[in-house]
Amino acid sequence: MATFDHDAALARAGANVSGFWGRAAFLARRYPLGAAGLLLVVLFVVTAVFAPWIANRDPFTTNARASLAGPGGGYWLGADFMGRDMFSRIVYGARISLAVAAGATVLGFAIGIAIGLAGGYLGGWLDLATQRVMDIMQALPLLVMALVMAASLGPSLQNTIIAIAIALVPNVARVVRSSTLSLREQPFVEAARAAGLSELRIAVRHVLPNTMAPLIVLATAQLGSAILTEASLSFLGLGVPEPHPSWGRMLSESAAEYVRTAPWLVIFPGIAISLTVFGTNLLGDAVRDIFDPRERT
Amino acid sequence: MGAYLTRRVLLMALTLFGMSVLIFVMLRLVPGDIADILVDSAGIVDAAEKAKIVRELGLDKPIHEQYFGWISGLARGDLGFAYVSERPALEEIAPRIPVSANLALLALIYSVVLGVPLGVISAVRQNTALDYGLRVVSLSGLSLPSFWLALLILMASVQWFGTIPIYKVEPRSIWDEFLLLSVPALAVGFRSSALIMRLTRSSMLEVMRQDYIRTARSKGATATSVNYNHALRNALLPVVTIIGIEAAFLIGGLIVTETVFNIPGVARFLVEAILWRDYPIVQNIVMLIAFITVLVNFVVDMAYMVLDPRIKYAD
Repeated sequence: MATFDHDAALARAGANVSGFWGRAAFLARRYPLGAAGLLLVVLFVVTAVFAPWIANRDPFTTNARASLAGPGGGYWLGADFMGRDMFSRIVYGARISLAVAAGATVLGFAIGIAIGLAGGYLGGWLDLATQRVMDIMQALPLLVMALVMAASLGPSLQNTIIAIAIALVPNVARVVRSSTLSLREQPFVEAARAAGLSELRIAVRHVLPNTMAPLIVLATAQLGSAILTEASLSFLGLGVPEPHPSWGRMLSESAAEYVRTAPWLVIFPGIAISLTVFGTNLLGDAVRDIFDPRERT
Repeated sequence: MGAYLTRRVLLMALTLFGMSVLIFVMLRLVPGDIADILVDSAGIVDAAEKAKIVRELGLDKPIHEQYFGWISGLARGDLGFAYVSERPALEEIAPRIPVSANLALLALIYSVVLGVPLGVISAVRQNTALDYGLRVVSLSGLSLPSFWLALLILMASVQWFGTIPIYKVEPRSIWDEFLLLSVPALAVGFRSSALIMRLTRSSMLEVMRQDYIRTARSKGATATSVNYNHALRNALLPVVTIIGIEAAFLIGGLIVTETVFNIPGVARFLVEAILWRDYPIVQNIVMLIAFITVLVNFVVDMAYMVLDPRIKYAD
């Protein structure tokens, strides 16, 4: 008969954890992969924010004599066809990726929450109509939807953000709607109504905050796909235009052509995209486990 | 059941109709039409010449007339004429479908063959080094852009074989085509296999907690029998649903991979047509993609009902 060590079990469950750093250390031990993901995401955000201090050269300055210079020497990660420093371009590229990921997620979530909350809470024809529109939008894969949107809006950083945001809307709207449908039948909503609060206030102040857990999970999961979608759009020539240094477009410029002669142009931007998305995915998994213990794997 | 089916089919029709309006309107929001591009590329600045192009392509008609022209044509199997090649859109699109379909099928096979067994292993060996390793591999599969993976494969093949597998217009045999498509399919399939692996794993873990698994163990069934006969068969149900999501995933992967490998499929053609503002091609391919997505989702729901007798769609 095995003995049960209560103290060890309590420690594993985090019973004696206190303070911000204590909790952080506990979570890091419990979700090592998530902690690694968070580290990568922090690294990415820091790179984006402090790009001018991190980059050792100007990412836009061309230099014909340094065209396709190899890594090492003055150009840590080599130079592209126009002699622009790859390291600096990748560092500045983090800004584009961050702007698109954060911008598209915030915008897409704002629209999706408004639609899902209104439809789920008010129900009736509004719900029916918005649901059918979401059906239509979901009939296209994310990338195709973003591709068509980006094409119809025209290439610019702002339009790329809008295109990806719109492609994210249906998912968000569905998640908010399904939570709202069950929440609006809860006694606390009835209580709020009995207290004389307006429907708008009940929906926004009482129902919405309760849908946050699945939304946070979804948002972390969507960050990575927003970054990947931007990279794909830019790779196809329908995303962020020149002169912005987008990781995806760096790959399309260098694609096939320089595979033989300048492999660093293919390798480094790809590593930047993959590491960043990998980080958000690791973080997303941990966030899902923390917020939704039923899904714990 | 009959009523449910009728409603489902009507909803599918409504969705496709909505998509047709959406894509048609969105394409016409694009600043600059084909006439501008043709005029620009030819260097003609003659307004009369441009007006003639616009008239010939029917771009001067009111938008609703253009829409009904397209939809009534679609109903008759007439997809209109491609602007760029001036050939019937059907003749342009149809020969590219088998190429993409073969690529997608191959990618799907890869993803299932890789994803399901690795997912099972990961679940059975939960929280071991093997499980952690496999989870990191699957997450990295979701994190690598498939076009980058494709580029890396190209680079590796240049390095090792000194050549790049280029898709030929007319592969000599099925075997030939298989060889040419197998590498690009791997680039697409790896990503999808990651999705299947993750789902198989979590679904297996869910099932392994069930009482009937404990019952099976306690009556003395071997670990293999419990894992495969009892757990996997039930765990595979949700994996079937993922094929619906998979379809969307695969199409996204096809778009970039066909571009990298220069494969003359529908997905790459869509990108080219978008860049050229070739409306008849774009709207018909988008409708094709929407049709496939909606149909796959429908089939998956039906398959689910057949596979899981507990699920009944109420009328």
